[in-house]
Parts: sequence; structure tokens; C-alpha cells
Amino acid sequence: MPDQVQLRVDGKAVTVPAGATVAVAVALAAGFCRRSITGEPRGPVCGMGICFECRVMINGEPHCRSCQILAEANMDVRTNG
Amino acid sequence: MSVRVYDAVVVGAGIVGAACADRLSREHLNVAIVDRGLVGGGATAAGMGHIVTMDDSEAQFALTRFSQQLWIELRPELPADVEYRQCGTLWVAADEPEMQEVIRKHRYYGERGVATSILTRMELAELEPKLRPDMAGALLVPEDAVIYPPCAARFVVARAEQHGAETFLGGTVERIDNGSVLLTNGTRFSAGIVVNAAGIAAPALTSTLDIKPRKGHLVITDRYPDFVRHQIVELGYLKSAHSVTADSVAFNVQPRATGQMLIGSSRQYGADHSQVDDIILSRMLRRAFEYIPGLARTSALRAWTGFRAATPDKLPLIGPWPEDRRLLLATGHEGLGITTSLGTAALLADHVVGRTPRIQPEPFLPARTFLEHVHA
Repeated sequence: MPDQVQLRVDGKAVTVPAGATVAVAVALAAGFCRRSITGEPRGPVCGMGICFECRVMINGEPHCRSCQILAEANMDVRTNG
Repeated sequence: MSVRVYDAVVVGAGIVGAACADRLSREHLNVAIVDRGLVGGGATAAGMGHIVTMDDSEAQFALTRFSQQLWIELRPELPADVEYRQCGTLWVAADEPEMQEVIRKHRYYGERGVATSILTRMELAELEPKLRPDMAGALLVPEDAVIYPPCAARFVVARAEQHGAETFLGGTVERIDNGSVLLTNGTRFSAGIVVNAAGIAAPALTSTLDIKPRKGHLVITDRYPDFVRHQIVELGYLKSAHSVTADSVAFNVQPRATGQMLIGSSRQYGADHSQVDDIILSRMLRRAFEYIPGLARTSALRAWTGFRAATPDKLPLIGPWPEDRRLLLATGHEGLGITTSLGTAALLADHVVGRTPRIQPEPFLPARTFLEHVHA
């Protein structure tokens, strides 16, 4: 198993340690996961899959909770910001 | 205690009562609207808000189509929060026998002046790519629309108030009797006419009314813009709506302006508790996944229930009640009250001012329930 995983967040390459969640990659690359309907930036609050604030699109699938999904090589992650 | 005097008191501030109050106040009647809860807080808030022409019977077609035309006339005045969107209805045929029904329906609507189009399997797949690709086809009814009903009720009540109507919320009506309306808090109204538009609560005030609560479930999803673009209903929907005894589910999905989707539908008699029924809910969702497999991967935010006011002959009760000469009924709209509210109010107002109605009122007259008893 490699020590590092490279994926893309909003088209930008980002490298995280193996075993890190997508939320980590998003924090490094974009700073926040999504914007609320009133335009506020949102990110992981609970870190345990309850608050749904860390949702991103992963490989085309919307509303994935980035704090619950491990980063994988070549993942395409999109924030809506 | 003092008595409040009005030309008309409307009991119930759901969409039907709201529309009646609006219409009567625009006929220059001095109107009061009374509701124990909120404006648009009962079945009005629980339902989908589908403005739809239906062909279960000639009478139902006439009332739903007439009402839909009134919504189209009203549309320029509706505020943005009513979210009126003419997304059209797709009646989906799962197989060839249902496709025959599509053809029949197309002809039926066409003969009555409503343009629809028949979609082949390929055309349907292009319009709604998330639907299972092996559907036989569909009927597109382009003038059907969706709205957000609680805001529509609020708008209609506000318009009634602009014409002088007064709204009394939070007081439960205890009794309606010959133009007198008594609330449990002691408030008393006296009116030339009283309109019982209390939905499933109507029989508690007009005791011989045969209206049963018919429970329904809905689910709302997170935002998935353009996941579906039309209100999509299985053609078997009427079979579900028809079933008089058994619990039934039918696939019915609606895109909201927010990108969310409402997923329905279920129908249950004899279920008097408002709790979500897990077995019915899962049956309802499985049915939806059969039509749109991708729905199974969407997030649901909330599930809830509501109660439709169902009559034995599946038509609403609109007009004078033979047992009380000052009482008019506007209830029993089952799952079509959002659509038919405006037509109901127009029929009622025409009756009150003695004008010739634009559609035949007879099929909806409450007196028919007495005739049924005679023939039974």
C-alpha cells in the first residue's frame, strides 16, 4: 500500500497520506466543502457523518459525506464553491 | 359574550377554505376565516402540490381542468415563493397494455381540448434519462404544473384579506348550526352562510358527512437538480387511488424548484395515527426504485404523513348541505384539493350569488349523498 494518495479536488491535484479521508484532501485543496443555499462556506463540523455539512461530489455522485470516505487514487472530487 | 357578525364564515384555512374565502370576499361578502391551526397547515402542507388534469370520471376531468385553467389565469399574480412551475406530467407506461392506456388517455384529453403527446420508449428515455430504460412509453401532459401549497394558501388568504376578509387562527370550532359558529374558546360568529371546508375534520362539525381520512406518505430528498424534470407518475396510479380497502402504493415523483424531489405515494384507510409506517414507506420507496433505480442512491431528508379527505364516490362535496340551509360544504377533495381548490371556490361563489357556473355543479352537490342512501 502506498504511503500517499493523489486525487483531484475541483480539478486541482492534491496529495494526502494513505488512510486520510476526502475531507482532508478538500481542506488542503479548497478550504471548504460546499456553500449553503445562502452562500455560506460549509465544512466538516461533526467529523462523524451526522451533520452532513461536509458533502461533496465524488466521481459524479452528489452529496457524499467527505468525512466518511477515504481518499482514493484518481478520485474526482468537486465542491460546489 | 359578543357575537361577531359576517356575511360568510369559512371554517378551515387550508387551500380549499382559503380559495373559498378569497372568492366570496371578491363577491363583496364580508368574510371571516377560522382555523384551529395555521393557514395551509393540514393536508395542504402535507401534499405534493401537483396541478393536474385527471380523467377518473367526466366530472373529475371537468373540475380538474377548469381549476387548472384558473391556476393558469392566477399565475401572473402568484408570488415567487409559490414556486409555480409548469413542468408537465409524464404518465409512464411500464408495458404494452399500459401503452394502450396511454393512447386512450391521449384521445380522451384531446377530445376535451387538452393537448398531450405520446412518447415512445426512446423519446421518454431522452426526456427522463434516470427512468428505467425499458419503459414502454409515456403520455406527456404539458400544462400540468407544480406549486408549493402552503405558500399558495397564504397568498390566497392574504388576497382575501385585501378584500376585507378577517382571519381567526388558533380557535377550534365546536359547532356549526344554522349560521352560527361556536368556538371552544367561547367566541361566537353569526353568518348568513357558513362554509365547512375543514377537510378530514369536516364530519366532526357536520355529523352525517361520509368522509374518511386516507393516509399518505411522502419523502423529500436532498437537492439533485435536473435528476428528473417532470412530475412522473405510473399509469397504475389510478389503480392505487381506486382501491377502496387495501393499502396501496404507486410511483409518483415530483421535482421541486430547489432541486429536491418529493417521492410518493401511499394510500391507507383506517390508519388514524400520523406516525410514519415503516412497512408502507419501504413499499412506497421500493416501487419508486423500480421506476428510477438511481433514486435508491439519493439522500432522503425527511418522511412524513398526511390525511386526504376521501368520499365514497371519489368526488368532492361542493355546495349546499340539505340538512342546514345556511351551510355550504367544500370538502372531500381526497388527493386533488390543491388543483381543485380554485374550481371549488368558483362553483361555491356562483351558487351564492346565483350566477350560472362555468362547469356543471350537479356531480359535486352534497345532496347526492342522500340519493345514494335512498338507492342503497
